[in-house]
Amino acid sequence: MKTDELLINMGPVHPSTHGVLRFKLTMDGEIIKKCEIVMGYLHRGTEKLGEMKTYMQFVPYTDRLDYISAFPNNYAYVKAVEELAGIEVPLRAEYIRVLTLELNRIVNHLVMLGSLLLDLGASTMIMYGFRERENALALFDMLCGARMTFNYIKPGGVREDMPEGFIPKLNEFINDMDKRIDDYEQLISGNEIFMGRMKGIGVMSAQDAINYGMTGPSLRGHGVNYDIRKLEPYSVYPDLDFKVCVRNEGDSFARYMVRIDEMRESLHILRQVVDAMPPAKPASLAKYGIAPMTGVPTAVSTYFPRIFTPPPGEVYSRIEAPKGELGFYIVSDGTIKPYRIKIRSPSFCNLTAIPKMVEGLMIPDLIAAFGTIDVVLGDVDR
Amino acid sequence: MLFLAMWTGDIMFANAYELIVFILNFIGIYEPINNIFKTLGIEYVLRIIIVFVEIAVLFVFALLTIMFLTWMERKVVAMVQARYGPMVTGPRGLLQPVMDGVKLIGKEDIIPAKADRWVFTLAPFLVFIPALLIFIPLPFGESLIISDLNVGLLYIIAISAVSPIAILLAGWASNNKYSLMGAMRAVAQDISYTIPLALSAIAIVLFTGSLSTVDIVTAQNGTWFGFIPKWFIFLQPLGFILFLIASIAEMGRIPFDFQESEQELVAGFFTEYSGMKFAMFFLAEYAHLFSVSAIVVTLFLGGWSFPYISLLPAALVPLVSLGVFLVKTYAVIFFAMWLRDTVPRVRIDQLLNLGWKIMIPLALLNLLVTGFLLTVGVF
Repeated sequence: MKTDELLINMGPVHPSTHGVLRFKLTMDGEIIKKCEIVMGYLHRGTEKLGEMKTYMQFVPYTDRLDYISAFPNNYAYVKAVEELAGIEVPLRAEYIRVLTLELNRIVNHLVMLGSLLLDLGASTMIMYGFRERENALALFDMLCGARMTFNYIKPGGVREDMPEGFIPKLNEFINDMDKRIDDYEQLISGNEIFMGRMKGIGVMSAQDAINYGMTGPSLRGHGVNYDIRKLEPYSVYPDLDFKVCVRNEGDSFARYMVRIDEMRESLHILRQVVDAMPPAKPASLAKYGIAPMTGVPTAVSTYFPRIFTPPPGEVYSRIEAPKGELGFYIVSDGTIKPYRIKIRSPSFCNLTAIPKMVEGLMIPDLIAAFGTIDVVLGDVDR
Repeated sequence: MLFLAMWTGDIMFANAYELIVFILNFIGIYEPINNIFKTLGIEYVLRIIIVFVEIAVLFVFALLTIMFLTWMERKVVAMVQARYGPMVTGPRGLLQPVMDGVKLIGKEDIIPAKADRWVFTLAPFLVFIPALLIFIPLPFGESLIISDLNVGLLYIIAISAVSPIAILLAGWASNNKYSLMGAMRAVAQDISYTIPLALSAIAIVLFTGSLSTVDIVTAQNGTWFGFIPKWFIFLQPLGFILFLIASIAEMGRIPFDFQESEQELVAGFFTEYSGMKFAMFFLAEYAHLFSVSAIVVTLFLGGWSFPYISLLPAALVPLVSLGVFLVKTYAVIFFAMWLRDTVPRVRIDQLLNLGWKIMIPLALLNLLVTGFLLTVGVF
């Protein structure tokens, strides 16, 4: 019988491409012969925009990269700037930053779980995930008045101190989440159909995964113990006790399980952060020659002018974002604006591994594998 | 006096037609009307009118059921997902289906430029009409059946085999790759699941010796030891499980909703449909949900029968049995909805593996064992 290859354009408008991503699939019946990724539908020129803004002005733009987890974006950029300009940060601010980072990691994984299960056809998990995410967003709202685009972490610290009643609410959330994660596992992990869809699907060797530049939970599902929080400790992570969650199978199920484990680990970190949170101290601005003022009641931010000029030079600074290694490469020419900003976004690098992963599989497997890679198109296209 | 006679008498009718004639007689207007038609020499007209009334009642019932089911589906999903579901239109959102209908009627009826216009238009009707035709031999209650076909079960299986053809037509005529893939999947799925469905139904026929749905229900009347109802689920547990899985696949619902598989194929075979044509598929889907659940109830859960229902006054039996039937059917429907909200979709090859490699051999084994036990006289 004469058969022909079928070319399917999946996207850029498709229910399960998580935004405007396009897969060019060459199909042999239901089998994917070749998968080609077409990106760039959401390109906004963020890196170029950075060259037009002062260092402080660029912070809100980082919110819009990976809009599911904006705190890590803020932080990665701010960390690079701080390294470039040699800015000291108060300890309490560092703790608040780690708190937001880990809370955001949980939020990110909740969204990932929800959309993964939705892609597999189970519509309930996304509601549960978003219910808990809503509680976390309320916490963010308390902290900085925004739910998704925070603009909270700034060079020198954070914008303002935690409001009163934040910690009790956070504790409530942490205790609630413990039970919820068990619920999710009951709903999903042991499900025969779910395992059938995930186990042995989208398998990739650890070496291939490294070669493709995969990072974060997606890489750790391939048995590679790679976590920048441990490798290049930053902020207060060296003082915290946590383990890196690794699974060896290298399939979709392993990548999913890493996320579940990481949520538990994040809760563990959050508990420590709450316990170790340094007390709020009134800011002393004496060394800057400024009299105490009302706007800066506690030391959560080092005072320095909004427009500052780092010395000429370049810096590459990276953090462990929920999706993987998020790095900012900034070149300064000694003016108030960066000369060049380059963003190494985890979604982009992880996404490039998809074609290799899904060749010879079916469209449903592509969707399952794509769901476990967990990309946000704002982060891919920048 | 007549009322008393009806109350205490032991009256049973072959179908709803006879019931209507009896009621007309009871009120005392059947003879006069019949005489009028007789004098005109067109007796058959009254017969036709009564049949049309039956069809109208069934049609309205079916449509109301479908509307209610769409509402119920949303509410059940909402219940599972810890939210409210529709609340604005009408009391607790009960009028939501009406609003849906209004919206769908108001939509532009788009036929893609390169579609096969005739086939594209024909397909939704070919899906919808068989879905309604299945209602004909369904025993809704004692005497409440449109037509007690002596090949009822065969008729049901045959009619439900029409819809894959219509789905293939729809998918082909749309001239869309997703539609075609959805249609191919739907056909592959329907064919591979009709076989275990029919095989496990045949095991029931071995017990009853009749394909008539009424006979199947009557055979399940009564109890063992006075409290266990004589339902075939207890005689055919494996057959029941196979039939239930196969019928969920027949309904095309998660975990077997390959005709749509939204996240993979956008909307499957009806990707290109809009407006009322889309609504036809939608309605057919829910009509299937009801009719297939009703068949599950009829075959395995005793249909309208209930232990000691014969102790009731004869006049009440049709009504009570209708209630019993609906309760059982909605229980099965609720199960299907619950399942939909809990599990993900299986993959198409896994589905076919399950169908051909597990369910068909098991159904054959079930048939063999049942036949053997019946022959040696265990039952």
